[in-house]
Amino acid sequence: MGGVFETRAGGGATVALDGIEISILRSLAVQLLELIGPGEPEPEADADPLAVLFASDGPTEPPSDPALARLFPDAYGGPGAGPEADPEELRARSAEFRRFTENDLRTRKREDALAVVRSLDGLAPDGEGAALLELTGELPLRWLGALNDLRLTIAARLDITEDDESAALFRLPDDDPRKPMVMAYLWLGGLQETLIETL
Amino acid sequence: MGQVSVAPIEIERTESAEETFAVPEPDVPWVTLVHNDPVNLMSYVTYVFQAYFGYPKDKATRLMMDVHHKGRAVVSSGTREEMERDVQAMHGYGLWATLSQDRF
Repeated sequence: MGGVFETRAGGGATVALDGIEISILRSLAVQLLELIGPGEPEPEADADPLAVLFASDGPTEPPSDPALARLFPDAYGGPGAGPEADPEELRARSAEFRRFTENDLRTRKREDALAVVRSLDGLAPDGEGAALLELTGELPLRWLGALNDLRLTIAARLDITEDDESAALFRLPDDDPRKPMVMAYLWLGGLQETLIETL
Repeated sequence: MGQVSVAPIEIERTESAEETFAVPEPDVPWVTLVHNDPVNLMSYVTYVFQAYFGYPKDKATRLMMDVHHKGRAVVSSGTREEMERDVQAMHGYGLWATLSQDRF
């Protein structure tokens, strides 16, 4: 896994991927889609507009899954909120914010991950399964978002919460069960880093 | 006698009125804080500050370094509604952001 993004002649970004890389990327993006969950169903044409408005309200509680909680954090509170901040008030404001924003945020992240799956499905691999991925238009930014969401998700699964913990993870012995996930995490970081350089 | 007693009463009223106004702090601005995490790449955080806020590269880099070394940085300030919009955008980019009333 050593492919890096390069600037594409005529604009955009391009990366050469082998068959295994394509399959890992697709699998991770699909897992991210499953984690984020399906979108809101389209309302019936004759649905009560007021009911539709209320149905579109998002959740008020933070997700219990650590990866989702990282993707959809509380907007109020956290470090720097000040010692005099009232926890009840912060919770109520976070809940209200979440109710009006989380569905839109989930939609955006779902669309980014879907764009990754679709661009991989659109590749025409050679006899050995390798292909040149070319990203143009809005696709580089969609990939950038999805790569970041994937790394946040994997980091939550690996329980990477401090800078020094991640450094220790990168020196795992080859027989450690977390090794493949750490390798994927590092590889995605390289892809994201080089994608940024093409912007 | 009547005129003499009126003046102190007026002064007292003025003081209490100022106190009443100080409590809700209507003009205290809100700020968007971006917090450090071990996952987001330094280049990505800098990119987000440039792309979303339109900050020049040196300012974006400085803010990113503050996030990295101090644990958090104030990246924008304004009304509560504006800061909610910025926080929502930061969450969209995958950065850990909160808003709070600037008390400093």
